[in-house]
Amino acid sequence: MNRLALPMIRLDNLTLGYDRHPAVHHLSAEIPAGALVAVVGPNGAGKSTLLKGLAGELRPIGGRILLPELPAGGLAYMPQRGEIDHSFPVSVFDVVAMGLWHEIGAFGGVSREQRRRVRAALEAVGMAGFESRPIGSLSGGQLQRARFARLMLQDAPLILLDEPFAAIDSRTVDDLVELILGWHDEGRTILTVVHDLEQVRRHFPTALLLSREPVAFGPTAEVLTPERLARARRLSEAFDELAHECHIEELTVAVAPDAAAHPHAHDHGHAHDEGHGHAHPHPAAHTAPRPRRGLPRH
Amino acid sequence: MFDLLISPFTEFAFMRRALAGCLALALGATPVGVFLLLRRMSLMGDAMSHAILPGAALGYLAFGLSLGAMTVGGIVAGLVVVFAAGLVTRASVLKEDASLAAFYLLSLAAGVMIVSLRGQNLDLLHVLFGSVLGLDDASLLLIASIASVTLASLALLFRPLVMECFDPAFLRGVSRWSPVAHYGFLMLVVVNLVSGFHALGTLMAVGIMILPAAAARLWTNGLPMLLLLAVLFAFGSGASGLLLSFHADVPAGPAIVLVCGVVYFVSLLAAPGGLLAGRLPVRHHLES
Repeated sequence: MNRLALPMIRLDNLTLGYDRHPAVHHLSAEIPAGALVAVVGPNGAGKSTLLKGLAGELRPIGGRILLPELPAGGLAYMPQRGEIDHSFPVSVFDVVAMGLWHEIGAFGGVSREQRRRVRAALEAVGMAGFESRPIGSLSGGQLQRARFARLMLQDAPLILLDEPFAAIDSRTVDDLVELILGWHDEGRTILTVVHDLEQVRRHFPTALLLSREPVAFGPTAEVLTPERLARARRLSEAFDELAHECHIEELTVAVAPDAAAHPHAHDHGHAHDEGHGHAHPHPAAHTAPRPRRGLPRH
Repeated sequence: MFDLLISPFTEFAFMRRALAGCLALALGATPVGVFLLLRRMSLMGDAMSHAILPGAALGYLAFGLSLGAMTVGGIVAGLVVVFAAGLVTRASVLKEDASLAAFYLLSLAAGVMIVSLRGQNLDLLHVLFGSVLGLDDASLLLIASIASVTLASLALLFRPLVMECFDPAFLRGVSRWSPVAHYGFLMLVVVNLVSGFHALGTLMAVGIMILPAAAARLWTNGLPMLLLLAVLFAFGSGASGLLLSFHADVPAGPAIVLVCGVVYFVSLLAAPGGLLAGRLPVRHHLES
């Protein structure tokens, strides 16, 4: 693991979005090297968008992302819905071996030692003996384990995981959390989108609570307070189709009273959600200007 | 038996040339067809075969029935359509199928217009239906060269191409090979269609790409085996189609594609991935 550089990510007044509508709005944060950050927030809060931006798949529409010089392949990003073609005739071994790309490239052979590492990675995710199975025959949880094995071989100092535990049973989640904690111990910087707040409290030292507007960033216990979670829910309600151009950069930050958006919460399918509802962004809902507030620091 | 199967090839040079042409097509075009199939772009091959028509027709119009002019024209027209469609896909909201359809339809219309400008000319049937039994040295050399280039390029592109088909997001994340694999592959499709139209014509060149690939996919779940089987099917169909054409005195191009079709239907019935496999009595399951 000696090629682990120490990244520190600086988000400088970052706005990311689609069609000029911000999904992540004026986010400033410094993520230290080796941090294990849970990105938390209601649906539509911009969590996936933030990871996309960090992975370089989305150009910021405001502000900057300052990433350190990473070695080639130094950023491993696992999107929520991969574009994996399950009917493609490849074996589990081949898929996991794709994680060796930064070592073998397009033309290099796979050495005996690398084969051993592929098998070791499969064993580490609890899938020893699955090497020659076609990828299409795996269950959802097994496929997620295989993707984790591939990620292991990528050996990246910066890892971005977008909802890695969606639709995964609790035992598999426990195994995968163990892997993530192992990577954390190795000094990698990890950002993970998680929905299970209990999980976050138990395992993740740092949390970033988003609701399009940044709500809080810091030690988990101080971020996941009932007031802040409630605020996150409120903020995510409104979506102004005819929003005016935002000029926060120029204005001194004005703190408007909270919009009187009626909470339209509904229960979401996640098991350990503490019954907290997820908000629907209302298309074309005209509400008072959203509160503009800087990010509380700790 | 010998008279039926071997002597047509030993006695007639044109049959030997045709057989060599089929071998080259099986080695070049069919592996490309396998990847078209796996990328779910089977119908795109058909669209592309129409897209190369105006180029070939322009070459014909300017230089007469010249191999070089028609080949270059076809390749240029095909590449223009591929890259224009790719550009539109990347820069607009249109998905690839829509932008490709737009460009190939325009290309086809232009082709038909150009062909009609010259009036009826039976020679042009060569473009549409090919002349596998009339391959001259130059055409044979061209088809063989394209097959060699294709095999070499596929060998070089193999890993990025497999990853581009299987998980393009991952490939984009770890390298810059994604567009190389995508456009490199589309270029291979174009040159192989052009090579195919000399032998089988624009309309049937796709047949020897897709049908053997589809038949082979029904038999196996492994990529190397799939490529090997598809090539064997294609070459077998080529040889059988030539014999059928020789003995029954029918045109060779359609005969080859129809034999490919027979292989496909037999596979559809008999192969493990086919229609009957699901209706057989259930074999006792394995231990958990």
